[in-house]
Amino acid sequence: MNAVPQPGGRAASAPLMGHETEPTLFEMSVANRSAYQLRTTGVRATALSELVPAAHLNPEVVPVAEVSERDLVAHFTRLSHRQFSVDLGMYPLGSCTMKYNPKFCDAIAGDPGLNAVHPGAPASLSQGWLEILVTLEEKLCAITGMSAATLQPAAGAAGELTGLLLMRAYHEANGDHRRRVLIPDSAHGTNPASVTLGGYEVTTVPSNDRGLVDLEALKSALGPDVAGIMLTNPNTVGLFEEEITEIAKAVHDVGGLLYYDGANLNAILGAVRPGDMGFDIVHMNLHKTFATPHGGGGPGAGPVAVAAHLVDFLPGPKATRVGDGYFNWVAPPRSIGRVHGWHGNALVLARALAYIDVHGGDGLTRVAQHAVLNANWLRHRLRDILPAAYDRVCMHECTLTATPLKNKYGVRGLDVAKALLEEGFHSPTVYFPLIVEEALMFEPTETESVQTLESLAQAIERIAQRAKDDPESLHRAPQSTPVSRVDEARAARQLIATADAVR
Amino acid sequence: MADYLPHTEDDVTSMLSFLGMDSLDDLFAQIPQAVRLAKGLDVADGLSEPDVAAIFAGYTSANKAKANAMTCFAGGGAYDHEVPAVVKMLSNRSEFVTAYTPYQPEVAQGVLQAIFEYQTLVARLSGLAIPNASLYDAATALVEALNMARGATGRQKMVISSGVHPHWREVARTFARGTGHEIVEVPLRDGVTDWESVDVTDAAAIVAAYPNYLGVLEDLSVAKELAVANDALFVIGADPVAAGVLKTAGQWGADVFVGEGQAFGTPLSFGGPYLGLFACTQAQVRRLPGRIVGETVDSSDRRAFVTTLRAREQDIRREKATSNVCTNQTLMAVTAAIQLGWLGTYGLREVATRCAQGAHYLYDELLTIEGVAPFSTQPFFREFAVRLAKPADQIIAAMAESNVLAGLSVSALSGGADPSVDGAIDNVLLVTVTERRTKDEIDHYVNVLREALTR
Repeated sequence: MNAVPQPGGRAASAPLMGHETEPTLFEMSVANRSAYQLRTTGVRATALSELVPAAHLNPEVVPVAEVSERDLVAHFTRLSHRQFSVDLGMYPLGSCTMKYNPKFCDAIAGDPGLNAVHPGAPASLSQGWLEILVTLEEKLCAITGMSAATLQPAAGAAGELTGLLLMRAYHEANGDHRRRVLIPDSAHGTNPASVTLGGYEVTTVPSNDRGLVDLEALKSALGPDVAGIMLTNPNTVGLFEEEITEIAKAVHDVGGLLYYDGANLNAILGAVRPGDMGFDIVHMNLHKTFATPHGGGGPGAGPVAVAAHLVDFLPGPKATRVGDGYFNWVAPPRSIGRVHGWHGNALVLARALAYIDVHGGDGLTRVAQHAVLNANWLRHRLRDILPAAYDRVCMHECTLTATPLKNKYGVRGLDVAKALLEEGFHSPTVYFPLIVEEALMFEPTETESVQTLESLAQAIERIAQRAKDDPESLHRAPQSTPVSRVDEARAARQLIATADAVR
Repeated sequence: MADYLPHTEDDVTSMLSFLGMDSLDDLFAQIPQAVRLAKGLDVADGLSEPDVAAIFAGYTSANKAKANAMTCFAGGGAYDHEVPAVVKMLSNRSEFVTAYTPYQPEVAQGVLQAIFEYQTLVARLSGLAIPNASLYDAATALVEALNMARGATGRQKMVISSGVHPHWREVARTFARGTGHEIVEVPLRDGVTDWESVDVTDAAAIVAAYPNYLGVLEDLSVAKELAVANDALFVIGADPVAAGVLKTAGQWGADVFVGEGQAFGTPLSFGGPYLGLFACTQAQVRRLPGRIVGETVDSSDRRAFVTTLRAREQDIRREKATSNVCTNQTLMAVTAAIQLGWLGTYGLREVATRCAQGAHYLYDELLTIEGVAPFSTQPFFREFAVRLAKPADQIIAAMAESNVLAGLSVSALSGGADPSVDGAIDNVLLVTVTERRTKDEIDHYVNVLREALTR
């Protein structure tokens, strides 16, 4: 039992082969080369001009690509080698919960019994899917302490907007037209953007010097025109809003609703439920808490669970248990309507259910415990180099600051983040939340071993040493990656969004 | 007890001791006792992977409509296209699957370049210069197009053909509850949008579908003229597979193109995750929703890709952002780039052509059956509607017994009456043929329908 474990598990061992540019699919194309093979159908090959009036036909051939299957494989395999991923190494991106994505859950989603089912098939022919949706809804409600849920929202932000529309529908059904939604200054940017799309105005509530919502400022911002508040708890600094019951009471006292942004739900599984804290509406990011893979930026899934007084407004139609092991689609009586083209990101939902089934209530509780343990271990281990913005026990992520390195050596948080890439780690979240100077937010997640955490800590120690010895080298980092720092200003100034753009 | 956690009991003990703590519970002391869960979660204990697999085997066996067991003639925005092994294997590479949004471009060139290639393909197929990096699905892409139209015109009246998929229209109505948009749905006559039946004055957007959801190819020049005359954005929801051979949205004069990209390598998946295609003209670039990847150079002057025009986005502009989109559908966009690379220029044309050939063959055969009447006299592409002598849901149920998924009940799709259908809607069946359907399967369909109608 060593207090300081051996380091291990750096992705810097991955062999990256050179720094040349990979050509695009279009640059690789050679006229008349092809890869496709289609089924022999026996259907008569009538000319398209006999089937479709000429006015509808494109006189030009739209160029797609002309490559062999072998070149296609080489191209995308090479691209994959130019990409960091959770499977490659630690990805401590705060607020994103980049935990290990179990392969089993992917295998579940890859079963044709799930992925080859048409979404418009009658309920009688897709009972297995309806049962999956109903079962997942029930388990998510048990985990969050809510009454019912919609599984339609395709991502967290879609869940937020759905939640705000539910809030609006609820107030309007009471003949109550409210104007404002409160949001702490530490909130994710999706919160205020969703509020605007929900037809409300944002009132920002300041944080206090402990990194928590300033209760007095909150109370003074409340009034009869407040529709509700959106809170992340633990908040984006990684701290639990200790006065949550007081906040809930104050908001409910003016007739407002509490919206729980589930971005950080991973921290509290089995410890406390949003419903018990007084929240009325909860969105979950299944791609965070329930480990469905992020896909390089989606697909996600953002189910929204609600308390009893909001159940009737949920989007529909909803998969519903209609008795005796039979399931059907039922629209809630005062439904706001669909928020997705079909039933939500179904294969993501199936993965999440498989993850929940493997872990169970006991496993999910351990998930949160170990996530919080890892974040605190890392916070404590790094305290001499990157002090915590708020120096006390954190939840599943720790917001540290590079201010000492900046003041002493002119090395900024971004430099530390970029240097970490050279060390074989993905960067933490940089410069968020906005209320912390030189913020570096680390979320190690529960699936990283203490050896990997130690390895990360030692990498940061080496970076701190470089900051002292050769700060200039950190401004140029990373150098060992497929490309070095990119000219973002040029990309924005002269937009080249396609291979055909004028250069 | 099953999980994926690495810590041994010794690890936990020594880590806690490093923190000066005795138990894991000490870590949660900041949570007020009054709200703590006293007895743990009311969720059954964990099971091993094989035990969970057994539970899921029960679910999959109850899904009778899987396309490998029941021949699929259903479409309506979700299509049973060929997805070859090479596309499945490449798109399942864990570097693509387990990455996050490319915030650190130095280690995300793989996803960024794949999105750039995807964007190029979306631009070519839509005929519009500015694509984005994807949205959730076609329905939510339409919502973003309406928000763009509001930004461009300052107006809120959205005139939408009821030839646009009923679910997309419903999603547009849902989100209009927040934005305050006025949604005007234009009825179809004989499968064609009757633009003259509504007042389009002060419209922010004119929205048409191509082909429309009932399969009909409408002449979109009428809608384009209305958009120009009213200074509204012209939005086309188009089938991107048909774009291999039909006029592109850009050629019809669209300002915005939206579409469903599931057809490019993503399986039916019970409706998701799918892929919202989006492109617009250069004039609207500052109002673009979601992410966009741009080409630039690194500090050594090598070509590099990066998400750009970030100043529009929610994490920077907050309540003034063009959209709240953060996560999109990158993996499906990468998959689409791979599938289109595999199909290539002539494979995509071949797929589109075979869809049309199969659909027309089936249509002609069906009209020889007593109890089947045309829904429209207009040209169609790869799907069509017919009026049956019996309710469509009954026929679908009857044909399922012969392992044929006959299509979609338009009434079920619309949730009842709909301005897209004159007269009775219950008997309208929407039928789709993809390049995977053989002549034998189509002939079998005809026989099974004939039998179902006479039963």
